[in-house]
Amino acid sequence: MTPFAPARLLPLVLLLTALLFALPAAAQSGPGAVAPGGGGGAPAQPGLEGQTPSPDVRSPADVPLYIPHDGRVQGRISIPDPALATLIQPGGRDWRGFRMDWLQWIGGVVILGALAALAVFYFWRGPITIERGRARRWVPRFNSIDRFAHWTTALGFIALMLSGLVLTFGRFVLIPIMGHGSFAPLADWSKYLHMASSVPFVLGLLLMLGLWIRDNIPTRADLIWLRQAGGLFSRHSVHPESGRFNAGQKGLFWLVVLGGLAMALTGYLLMTPFYYTGIAGMQIIHIIHALLAMVLTAVIFGHIYIGTVGMEGAFDAMGRGVVDENWAIEHHKGWYDEQCRAGRIIPGDRMPQAGDD
Amino acid sequence: MARMVFLCDGERCIECNACVTACKNEHEVPWGINRRRVVTLNDGRPGERSISMACMHCTDAPCAAVCPVDCFYRTDEGVVLHSKDLCIGCGYCFYACPFGAPQYPRATLFGSRGKMDKCTFCAGGPHADNSPEEYAAYGTNRLAEGKLPLCAEMCSTRALLAGDRDEVADIYRERSARRGYGSGAWGWSVAYTADRGGAYAPGGRALEEPERTS
Repeated sequence: MTPFAPARLLPLVLLLTALLFALPAAAQSGPGAVAPGGGGGAPAQPGLEGQTPSPDVRSPADVPLYIPHDGRVQGRISIPDPALATLIQPGGRDWRGFRMDWLQWIGGVVILGALAALAVFYFWRGPITIERGRARRWVPRFNSIDRFAHWTTALGFIALMLSGLVLTFGRFVLIPIMGHGSFAPLADWSKYLHMASSVPFVLGLLLMLGLWIRDNIPTRADLIWLRQAGGLFSRHSVHPESGRFNAGQKGLFWLVVLGGLAMALTGYLLMTPFYYTGIAGMQIIHIIHALLAMVLTAVIFGHIYIGTVGMEGAFDAMGRGVVDENWAIEHHKGWYDEQCRAGRIIPGDRMPQAGDD
Repeated sequence: MARMVFLCDGERCIECNACVTACKNEHEVPWGINRRRVVTLNDGRPGERSISMACMHCTDAPCAAVCPVDCFYRTDEGVVLHSKDLCIGCGYCFYACPFGAPQYPRATLFGSRGKMDKCTFCAGGPHADNSPEEYAAYGTNRLAEGKLPLCAEMCSTRALLAGDRDEVADIYRERSARRGYGSGAWGWSVAYTADRGGAYAPGGRALEEPERTS
């Protein structure tokens, strides 16, 4: 048995003691560390100003009960949960205002507005047809890996969008219809789905980024496309020349990739509360997550529209992986010429197609 | 009808944590969940005061307003309770609560943080009073037995007061006038002055009786 040697430990003990006193003092001297009362001097926070007998307090009626304090009140706590050392956090009030007022309105206007705008566009412009009709010759556009990446991301996004909408608007829209008892399990499963489907979403997103980043670098030709708004708003067929992806598709690509990764980052931060940020950080992260979600939802509605009912021949690209030759010539002349040089045209319609006679 | 409130008199609280222990023991609160806690302000400096804090049972409760499944309700006595059968453990109430009252059995949101737990003012939950189900999920229902919350009943310095708002206010003001100064009535302006309108309806916009201030 080694005898305990206090003398040898003395410097260490002294150092630790000094640290013990120095650290809290250093922590508390920072701005906004503690508030009320203050050491000496004027009271920094209302609430403790009356710690000494005051001539103002003569009868019970003079004692104030509702003392407004708008600031954050931070103290110390002896249990190992530092988040609970905050006595009062005022940020929740603003977050509540965002969540229950602003988000409902912004989300409602953005999403319903996007749907309404698409409906108006559909009735005004109608589907964008292939002007020269189908050539029945096919140009390969997206191979199976391309389509796997797209549909993995797409299914992940749709699951995230639907579950997110249930959690955001369900209390207003669904509880009055289905009641609390059935809505709670739906919300519970939506929450699980929301977290689980982030995995395919992010994997598909990274795959798309790797596969298509080369074709999505902005070029000078994109300016012409943007100036003509892609010919979307002209009744007769206008098709600014473009490569594999036009400026609209490039914009969508970057919105989805950067926006999606930002959604994933903020989402994963929200899944790990108090690991990286405090409560104020999580409130801000949630606000970013929710606003970006509304924007992406509206954008994807537009993408789904133009990829299905909005444009003849567009769905073939992601559905079958090939596009009609005339579609390719009209929409992506530059890319088509490249494919011709590479000899990638498949003659004849060998694949069954809906509406064929 | 009484309107139940808490008031912690910072001039009397000695940070003994008896209220915390009483709460934990009375309701068999699991490890890691802190329905009540004692926060020390100005620790180690002149003006040091300790405040025992739990759910304040707000008039216009932010937790109830933001809950996506609307699982909160309010008793006739103003106690804010919630249904663990409906709660999905999303954590929104903790974002909104000014007092850090909602607690969760699990630390991350992967899957779920588990059913939220918080102070019930010793008034249980939506199950039958003092049934085994109610006890298992929410703890004892002392209010149903005509008793006040154990934390306040245990407080040896009578710093923590629980009961009807007018009576609590009278006791606190009386003693404050005797000693010549108040101690802030921490949280009262946040919890008991409704400046937004009630939160107890789908959508959180039901109006309730106007709030009497002081």
